[in-house]
Amino acid sequence: MMQAREVGAEIPEIEVRIPSRAEWVALARLTVATVAARMHFNVDEIADLKLAVAEACTNAIQHARESDEIVITCRIYDDGMQVIIRDFGIGTEAERIRSRDLGEPRVGGLGVYLIRALMDEVEYSVESDSGTVLTMFKRLGDSNR
Amino acid sequence: MARVDINMQVRSANGSIAVVSLDGEIDVYTSPKVKDFIGKLIDKGTYTFAIDMQNVRYIDSTGLGVLIGGLKRVREHGGAVTLVSTNPQTRKIFDITGLIKVFDIYDSVDEAVDALK
Repeated sequence: MMQAREVGAEIPEIEVRIPSRAEWVALARLTVATVAARMHFNVDEIADLKLAVAEACTNAIQHARESDEIVITCRIYDDGMQVIIRDFGIGTEAERIRSRDLGEPRVGGLGVYLIRALMDEVEYSVESDSGTVLTMFKRLGDSNR
Repeated sequence: MARVDINMQVRSANGSIAVVSLDGEIDVYTSPKVKDFIGKLIDKGTYTFAIDMQNVRYIDSTGLGVLIGGLKRVREHGGAVTLVSTNPQTRKIFDITGLIKVFDIYDSVDEAVDALK
């Protein structure tokens, strides 16, 4: 469950828009990693953020039909970073945001599982006619604040 | 430019064992290249792989999917796949996803090859 957080001019916000294509996912994850490094997340936490963002963008590219771009927004809070990944695909499938059970290994379906495992808070909002918004939050470790 | 790439090489160890060395980042952009590279080796009759990921700086679920797909294909022919990685983040991802129980991961190529003999 996503905790309600203040939004406004006093909350620093960094936004990047990428074409909804595989070759641009690296830019999304590197942007988030750069912001996280400035916030003094440690190396492991930055790696978690990079992977979660990449998985979210990959999911959008593979499943959001007719979406030309993905918008990645980072909001900087005292206790961590909120990352919002928005696509504009139509007809989003419920299967897409379901975290799968681990069991017999199979190709695909691990992305959402990883996002939920690596981030502290994760929430999907699916609008069938306007796309999907994934909001996630990574807390700064106590030693990093 | 945000474009990433992956370098792939293969050499033979002990005849039927292929040592595939991956260098770079494995994500949604590069994983099709890895899939194609390994797939062509399988098509040519190689079913036993030691995949050296020591120089893989990043891997996501698409990369894991390629490894799982390759493993399934070689198992159909009685083959096997071992991995080499000392990267803590890579090992963490295998751990979180439970794939640590599916793949044997070694610290060196020699160990990974020996395990296949």
